[in-house]
Amino acid sequence: MARFILRRCVTMIWTLAVVSVLVFIIVNLPPGDILSNRIDELMASGEEASVAQARFIAAQYSLDQPLWKQYLIWMGVWPGPNGFSGILQGDLGWSFELDRPVADIVGEAVWMTVVLNFTTIIFVYVFALPLGAIAAVRANTLVDYVATFIGYIGLATPNFLLALVLYNYGAQWFGLPVGGMMGREFSGQPLSWAKILDVLEHLIVPVIVIGTSGMAAMVRRLRANLLDELGKPYVVTAAAKGLPPARAVVKYPLRMALNPFVADIGNMLPQLVSGSVIVSVVMGLQTIGPILLQSLRSQDYFLSGFILLFVSVLTLVGMLVSDILLALLDPRIRFAGRGR
Amino acid sequence: MRVTPLLRVEGLSVCFGAGAGAMEVVKGVDLTLRRGESLAIVGESGSGKTVTGKAILRILPRAARITAGRAVLTGAGGKEVDLFGLSEPRMRAIRGGRIAMIFQEPMSSLSPLHTVGNQVAEALRLHRKKSGAEGRRICLETFAEVGFPDPERAWSAYPFELSGGLRQRAMIAMAMVCRPDLVIADEPTTALDVTTQAQVLDLMRRLQTGTGMSMIMITHDLGVVANMADSVLVMRRGEVVESGPTRVILTDPGHGYTRALIAAAPKIPECMSGGLGEVRDPILWARNLSKTYPGRISGLGKQAAPVQAVQDVEIVIGRGETLAVVGESGSGKSTVARLLLRAEDPDPGAEIGFRGRDGETQDVATMTRARLKAFRRRVQIVFQDPYSSLSPRMSVLDILTEPLEVHGLGTRAERRQRAAELMEKVGLSPAHLGRFPHAFSGGQRQRICIARALALDPEMIVCDEPTSALDVSVQAQVLDLLKGLRKEMGLSYLFISHDLTVVAELADRVAVMRRGRIVEQAPAKLLFENPRHPYTIALIAASPEPDVNRRLDLAAVARGAGDPECWPEPFGYRGHQAPPLHEIEPGHYVSCAA
Repeated sequence: MARFILRRCVTMIWTLAVVSVLVFIIVNLPPGDILSNRIDELMASGEEASVAQARFIAAQYSLDQPLWKQYLIWMGVWPGPNGFSGILQGDLGWSFELDRPVADIVGEAVWMTVVLNFTTIIFVYVFALPLGAIAAVRANTLVDYVATFIGYIGLATPNFLLALVLYNYGAQWFGLPVGGMMGREFSGQPLSWAKILDVLEHLIVPVIVIGTSGMAAMVRRLRANLLDELGKPYVVTAAAKGLPPARAVVKYPLRMALNPFVADIGNMLPQLVSGSVIVSVVMGLQTIGPILLQSLRSQDYFLSGFILLFVSVLTLVGMLVSDILLALLDPRIRFAGRGR
Repeated sequence: MRVTPLLRVEGLSVCFGAGAGAMEVVKGVDLTLRRGESLAIVGESGSGKTVTGKAILRILPRAARITAGRAVLTGAGGKEVDLFGLSEPRMRAIRGGRIAMIFQEPMSSLSPLHTVGNQVAEALRLHRKKSGAEGRRICLETFAEVGFPDPERAWSAYPFELSGGLRQRAMIAMAMVCRPDLVIADEPTTALDVTTQAQVLDLMRRLQTGTGMSMIMITHDLGVVANMADSVLVMRRGEVVESGPTRVILTDPGHGYTRALIAAAPKIPECMSGGLGEVRDPILWARNLSKTYPGRISGLGKQAAPVQAVQDVEIVIGRGETLAVVGESGSGKSTVARLLLRAEDPDPGAEIGFRGRDGETQDVATMTRARLKAFRRRVQIVFQDPYSSLSPRMSVLDILTEPLEVHGLGTRAERRQRAAELMEKVGLSPAHLGRFPHAFSGGQRQRICIARALALDPEMIVCDEPTSALDVSVQAQVLDLLKGLRKEMGLSYLFISHDLTVVAELADRVAVMRRGRIVEQAPAKLLFENPRHPYTIALIAASPEPDVNRRLDLAAVARGAGDPECWPEPFGYRGHQAPPLHEIEPGHYVSCAA
């Protein structure tokens, strides 16, 4: 098992390296990013001071270097104008649009994103598992139809609409806070219990809004998988053994049906991040979604490059987690890894 | 003293579906089972035998309903309960506790995600309230009892780590661990190789006499019945056509259907005809035929040892003759067929020759693609499973004319005409050309497969287990059809089978394969009358015959069915050092040290 995880980590590092190259190429591809625009403006003015300043900026951000060298400097494996200073050293670069270091801008947003997404995934799984299982076991009965109906509503309702509705009634009936990830008074404050509680309270509505459609899809998929498994001979064996139906379902077919369920964690993460941009804007969530949107529009490439890289890391970690869980769940995968 | 039966089923009827579309699949079945008795329910697919077995345990599929009948189980103290009247929780106490069931497919009937120990111990936990160390001890004892060489290993093994025979032993252990009064075994050995089947049948018989339990054996194989059962119940289309003691039913059947079943059961004929000596006019031959698959690459670039699927095989098929290649799963028999057709490339050094009606000798092993296409027109193949080898989206007409189209033969009308001829040739009505495969039964589908193989007027047909998915009576008809076609069209056959008895009537020559090598090859008459190799002897001994006086010879099975290392001198060998084939009489070759 340890070897399996180690091997996966090694492949993960390789994948990340390739992804970082791709990200760098992509953010550099379209002409007219914010920095070159400013340099062009300065050059065009023709004034000596401006031209000198333009040269200085270009040198500062290694724009006078070939692209591959720029990439290496960005990653921090090649000495730039300030020595080794790139992502590997923790220097995430400079946002030209906001005129602040990238690290400052994304700092809290990154953690908020991680918290929001993991809570959403947990929410999705906690609700999808029993709902899907019940819908399958009681297939084509009232319970199944109700679960299916709720699922379709969840799939079909636009998220921002759901957000507005939930904020309205949440505030009216339960006194839930409206908008944002935390109360204003906690913004920028060090972590404390009060702050954690406040964040949790703010999380309730966004998690439901972002998670509902994913959950609905998951319920449908689990139901289909489990229905397939319920007809398998080993379920009959369990019944012939005298196992009570509920225990039999949980122990045998449900565990088999979990495979695709678990394998989805990796896919869900990037979907949640990119899919929740609009919702984050509507709900005023301080996640990296809106920042990413903004930085892509203005072609603020250190900022967008880093965020894309971060989402990739999130995805790969999700894949790793789902692979490890799969190996734990299914001995066949474990043994194939051992290469009998 | 009147003995009360253990189980009395009266007027059992089972329906599938409800309302007007309901179909009665079991119609008023009665059966009586004494304590310690073994009863066989015999019938072909669709006879309702499995449904009857499952109905007793009330584990029918959701669509099925018991519509009438009683199943009275008598307890040790003489207390009677009607199984169909019990509440679900009380029924659960009987399932696995007093009545256990063994299923046909041990692989899919065991959960792949749980260890064998876990699954077997579960029954104990449920019914005997024994878990932890004591449960484990009882399980390990049961594992030893059902013949696991290493019970500790079995405890922590997953089903996919075990061989087919051991998996079925795990199923048996699961059924036996609570010491039930009755075990219902649903085709317990159908998915196993013949020699494994013989050993598992023997185990079940010993367990039954040892523990005094009763058994209901559901099977299609009268050979199994003759070896296992005290009495028989013959079922057809949901009804009991005949029942009585095994000896009476098998020797003096009263019902025509029983007689037909016995007649259709494959057996080795007493007196065999067929050619002797060497092949005079070969159509297809191969020498030095080997196939090595590279080992699987695992993890960090390490590679498992290569697998030698076929090693140094030499065979000759005579024109108008049938060569049967017989072996158990994994013996390399199907690989040989694929190599001969060049569906796979043999290892370098192999020599495959073909001489058709035109008298021209062709080297198949080094043929170009274009010539290969022409060669395949002359050598066709029929596969094992008629259900998956016909596209469900093509009408029979399309299926039969497709080969002609591929080779660009005839006009549309001519191809249609040819398809109609083919249907008649294989005994089907040309009026059914517009139908789709699902409208035909298994046997009819296999006829369509044969018609498709005949479409291009081939000189030779490779039959890869063409009857092993079929009922016995259908199997007999398909074999007769193949025999007739051979005579009529002068065909040559390469017939692949795992069952020696099936090939006994059809084959002129037989090659027995084990571990990728031919261990014995001879004209059929010599092979069956004078088998020499211990493995051949084991195969013959392991085939159950519907004859109560000829029970399985397990000593012979044990001598030859094991690994080559434990074969007696001069046949045994270690590793890849197989002894060469020696000619012991004209045309009869045996692998043995000189």
